[in-house]
Amino acid sequence: MTALLELEDVEARYGPVHVLHGISLAVEEGSVVAVLGPNGAGKTTTLRAVSGTVRRSGRITFAGRPLGRLGPHRVARLGVAHVPEGRGTFSELTVWENLRLGAYTRRGSIQPELERVFTYFPWLSERRKQQAGTLSGGEQQMLALARAFVHRPRLLLLDEPSLGLAPVLVAELFRIVRELNEDEGLTVLVVEQNAHLALQAAEAGYVLEAGRVALAGTSDELRADDSVRRSYLGY
Amino acid sequence: MASTATSRLGGLRSRGAALGGVVPPVSLLLLAGAAGLFVGSLRSSVFAQLTVQGLALGAVYGSLALALVLVYRATHVINFAQGELAMATTYVAYQLIKWGLSYWEAFFATLTIAFVLGTVLELALVRPVQHRSVIAAVIVTVGLFILLDGVVNWIWGGDFKFMPSPFGTRVYHVGNVSISRLYPGMFVVVIVSVLLVWALFRFTKLGLGMRAAALRPAESALVGVRVDWMLAVGWGLAAVLGAVAGLMAEPSQFFLEPTLMQPILVYAFAAAVLGGLESPTGAVVSGLAIGVSLNLVVQYVPAITSELQTPVAFAVLVGVLLVKPSGLFGHREVRRV
Repeated sequence: MTALLELEDVEARYGPVHVLHGISLAVEEGSVVAVLGPNGAGKTTTLRAVSGTVRRSGRITFAGRPLGRLGPHRVARLGVAHVPEGRGTFSELTVWENLRLGAYTRRGSIQPELERVFTYFPWLSERRKQQAGTLSGGEQQMLALARAFVHRPRLLLLDEPSLGLAPVLVAELFRIVRELNEDEGLTVLVVEQNAHLALQAAEAGYVLEAGRVALAGTSDELRADDSVRRSYLGY
Repeated sequence: MASTATSRLGGLRSRGAALGGVVPPVSLLLLAGAAGLFVGSLRSSVFAQLTVQGLALGAVYGSLALALVLVYRATHVINFAQGELAMATTYVAYQLIKWGLSYWEAFFATLTIAFVLGTVLELALVRPVQHRSVIAAVIVTVGLFILLDGVVNWIWGGDFKFMPSPFGTRVYHVGNVSISRLYPGMFVVVIVSVLLVWALFRFTKLGLGMRAAALRPAESALVGVRVDWMLAVGWGLAAVLGAVAGLMAEPSQFFLEPTLMQPILVYAFAAAVLGGLESPTGAVVSGLAIGVSLNLVVQYVPAITSELQTPVAFAVLVGVLLVKPSGLFGHREVRRV
C-alpha cells in the first residue's frame, strides 16, 4: 500500500521559534492516524505544515505530488480539508453558508454532498438558516466536520476535535469520524489530547516530543508501550 | 397618560437591546422620517422637490459610502482616495464620450475600467504595504488621493468640462410639483447598482467567498478561497460603485471638475460612520438620510446656507464618533466560544 500523505524530515518555524525539527510520518490511504504528544510538541504545527498555513521545509508528498511551498488554498484544492483548532467556524455566517464554503472548491451542484452530510448530521438540515455562531460548542464541532466532509477531501486533518466538548459529544464525534472512514474511505490524520479515544479510533499513531517523532507504531503497539501508557493513558 | 407612553418607549428600548442591537428603534426612526417626508411633500411642492432631489443626492452619497464600507470590511483600510478614484473614472467616461461613444456605452465601459483600476491599485499599491501595517496602507490611500488629483489635472486640466445629460431634460409634473427627470434617474441608477452589488454578495459563490475572506482570512484559505484575490475584487467592486457615484454626481453639478467628489467624500464618510462603518445597509440608508436632511436644512434653517452643508456633514461625522462610535447600524457580533 502506498502512503497518501508522506512527511520527510519536515521542519517549521514561527519567526525565530523552531517548532518542528525534522518530522517524518506516513498516512496510508483509507486509514485513521493519530498524532499524540504533550503541549508544544508540534502536533498542531504538523497539521499546519501539511495544509500550508505555516512556513515549512523538507518534503511533503500528497497523493504522489510534492506540496513544496503551496499555500493553503492550493492545498485545499488538491483535496485536503483542515479543521483547525477552534473549529474554524464562520460564526457570522449561517450554517448553510458554512457548508457551502466547505464545498467552495467544488464545481456545479453540491446537493448530493449535502444530502449525504445530512444523513450523518440530520439536525443540520433543519438549522441551515441559523447563524453558526449561535450553535453550541459541540454543534459547531459537528458543523466543522460536516463542512470538511462536503469538501469531499481525500485527506481530513482534524485538530483537537475534543477540545472543550462534553465526553458524550466527544464519543459521538469519534464515532462519526470512524463511520466516515469505514463507509466513505476517508483518510484522517487527527491530533488529539485524549490518547485513549484517539488510539481507539486510529489504526496507527505517532507520538511527538519537542518537535520530533519520539515513537511510532500501530495503535496496539502504542497502547502496549509503557511510556505511552504512563504519559498519555494514565494507567 | 404620560407615564404609560414612557413605559411603552422603555419597553421598546429594552426589546431592542435584548435583540443584541438597536435595529428596531432605528427602523422606527426611519419609518417616522419617511412618514414625515411624505406628509411634508403632500403639503408643500417645494418640500417635495427638495425631498426627491435630496434622495437622489443621498443615493450618490450612499453608494460612495458603501464603497468605503466594502473596502473597510475587506481590508480594514479607510480608502481616502475613494472619491478621487470616482472622479478620475468620471473623467474616463468624459473622454470616452468625446471619442464618440454614447453616454450609456461610456457608462458601462467606465464601470469595467473602474473595476480593473480598483483591483490593480489594491494589488500594486495597497497590498505590499498592508503587510507592514494598516496605517501604512491608509497613508498610501492619502497619497493616492493626491496622485489621482494630479494626474487628472495634468491630463484634462482644471477647467470645467461638460458631459451630455444621461436622462435628457424632460420635466415631470405631479400635481403642482415639477421634477427634472435627472433626479429620479440618478436615484434609480444608483439604487439598482447598489442592489446588484448586494445580490452579488448575498447570492453568489463569489460573494460568499468575498464575505468569508473579509471575515476570516485564515479559515477561508483552508476551505480553498483565494483570499488575496477576493480582497482585490472587493476593491474593484468598490471602485465600480464609486464610478457610479461619480457619473451620477456629475449631472447634478452640471459640469465636471477635479474637485467634483471632494464634498461628496465628506458626506460619504459621514454616512459610512453613521451607518457603523461595517454595515452596508447602514451606509446606504445613512447616505439617503444625510442627502435629504442636508437639502431640507439648507432650505428651512435660515442660519445654514448651502456653503455650510459640508461643515454640517462633518459635524455629524464627529458627533457620531463622539456619542456612538458603533453608528446606528453597528451591531455586536453574536459569538459563542
